[in-house]
Amino acid sequence: MNCQAVFIYSDQFTKYTFHSDHPFNQVRVRMTKELLEATGKLHSSHLVEPRIATDAEIELVHDKQYIEAVKKASIGLLAEDEGLEFGLGTEDTPIFQDMHRASSLLVGATLTAVDHVLTGNIQHALNLGGGLHHGFRDKASGFCIYNDGAIAIKYIRKKYNLRVLYVDTDAHHGDGVQSVFYDDPNVCTLSIHETGRYLFPGTGNSNERGIKEGYGYSFNVPIDAFTEDESFLHVYEIAFKEVIEYFQPDIIITQNGVDAHSYDPLTHLNTTMNVFEKIPLLAHKLAHQYCKGKWIALGGGGYDIWRVVPRAWGQLWAVMTGSTPFKDQLPKSWLTKWQKVAPIQIPHSWQDPTGIYHPIPRKLEITEKNALNLEKTLQIIKNQRKFGTDY
Amino acid sequence: MLVKQIMKTDVITLPPNALIAEALTLLNNHHIRHIPIVNNQKEVIGIVSDRDVRDASPSIFDKNENHLELQNEIHTIMSTPVVTIHPLDFVEEIASIFYEEEFACLPVIQEKKLVGIVTEKDMLYTLIQLTGTNVQGSQIEVKVRDKIGVLPEVTSIIGKRKMNISSILVYPFNDDPNYKVIVFRIQTMNPLSIIKDLVEENYEVLWPNTNGEQ
Repeated sequence: MNCQAVFIYSDQFTKYTFHSDHPFNQVRVRMTKELLEATGKLHSSHLVEPRIATDAEIELVHDKQYIEAVKKASIGLLAEDEGLEFGLGTEDTPIFQDMHRASSLLVGATLTAVDHVLTGNIQHALNLGGGLHHGFRDKASGFCIYNDGAIAIKYIRKKYNLRVLYVDTDAHHGDGVQSVFYDDPNVCTLSIHETGRYLFPGTGNSNERGIKEGYGYSFNVPIDAFTEDESFLHVYEIAFKEVIEYFQPDIIITQNGVDAHSYDPLTHLNTTMNVFEKIPLLAHKLAHQYCKGKWIALGGGGYDIWRVVPRAWGQLWAVMTGSTPFKDQLPKSWLTKWQKVAPIQIPHSWQDPTGIYHPIPRKLEITEKNALNLEKTLQIIKNQRKFGTDY
Repeated sequence: MLVKQIMKTDVITLPPNALIAEALTLLNNHHIRHIPIVNNQKEVIGIVSDRDVRDASPSIFDKNENHLELQNEIHTIMSTPVVTIHPLDFVEEIASIFYEEEFACLPVIQEKKLVGIVTEKDMLYTLIQLTGTNVQGSQIEVKVRDKIGVLPEVTSIIGKRKMNISSILVYPFNDDPNYKVIVFRIQTMNPLSIIKDLVEENYEVLWPNTNGEQ
């Protein structure tokens, strides 16, 4: 398949920086872009400069009061107590100068992606600066201020009236996006994530299925800590195929956080690069099969910015442009440049060798548990098929 | 925590002369499992469960459509006397009633009158709140020596990082009486800094671990 895709990018993405020790570091987007340019797979013709989202667009999801608080924080005028009420000024989302503008740009970038896919001859668009899925209507959390994915979905609903399937493979539950569309039958959310038993945010159980008219349109598959490639992909592939067949969307938005990799410092899953080739391959195939190719991919979590993020997101772009995933060695020029600043050895090859983590003694148990959770999550679809119940 | 903080005050009741058929309708329409039976003074004189009503109902295989059984009065099948509790009782104490007895619902009585109800389900809901899993957060488990002053030492390490603790539970450590496990739920996505601080202060962090044991 030869597909038209755009890569939304601005040097200004790195303005979304809390402080130098904070794990969320947008330099990873720049590293990915340069890596792709070095491979020759990303040309200037693919690059699109994002616009800034307007306040009215941000208000599609967020409360006016909250936006005002972010604006005040941007210029240092938000009192500490006042900020904490909105989740601003915490260890996770500290206040930084111009945070409103930096956050609005990430939202605008996702909206730019939407406009390209829905008005042009472009099938796919990628905004690695977005995917900030923990942002709530009136609260910042988990490194996220404005929820670009949720705003984009509201924007698609309002402007184009399409049915949207949101698929989130970040290791953390996509709680912010789920909460915005929990009662909406025209937006279906599917999140696969490490169980919230220990990991932030703690939600995302199989029995969270939506409420009112939206009942049956939220899907969650929690997977156990130390889940490996095979079991992760089993869950992902079956869940995605079943949910898309059931929901029949017009467009797919994927949140491609890459913190499920075993190197990631914040989570406890044990996947390898193999997973980050297969995730976009299936999304790409299903987008063409069900949605005439309409697919927007966003970034998300990913806290090993040296060894994981550029390679994983590089593969996402390769797949989006209709190519097979990259193989063998990373470009030398890129390695040389970034190895100089990296505090750790950057892998030289696109694929991970075996044995990058210790063997997991509970593998069988974990695989079984994940399969059971998957079954529980999809039960509602099976019931509908069997009994024809209309949810 | 007191019963009055967790009880439901909107209680569905029936008078003793109501028909079993009415009880069946109430149970089905309100998705409840117990109905206190009260007299004119709002005093609880009995209670029926969904099981009592079902036992008194005709079999689903019964083709006879009259269902005379359902026309009996409810006092004929209610359980009595009723174990009741007071709004100022401790939640921990009523948990032990649920554990020891065969029933799953306790009417709350003040000055002889019905003022609320607590079910096993309310109790579980309260326990979920106590574990802190109803708010966003990460879980950290620390093994500590069972001695005076350990808890403030550990919490002060967390406090220095300006992170909010949403709940603390203390468990015994396996069978070793010299150690305890403290489980914190902390409102952060990034517990790494706290874990580092704890390890530097020589605490053993049981979770998160990275060797896949659990």
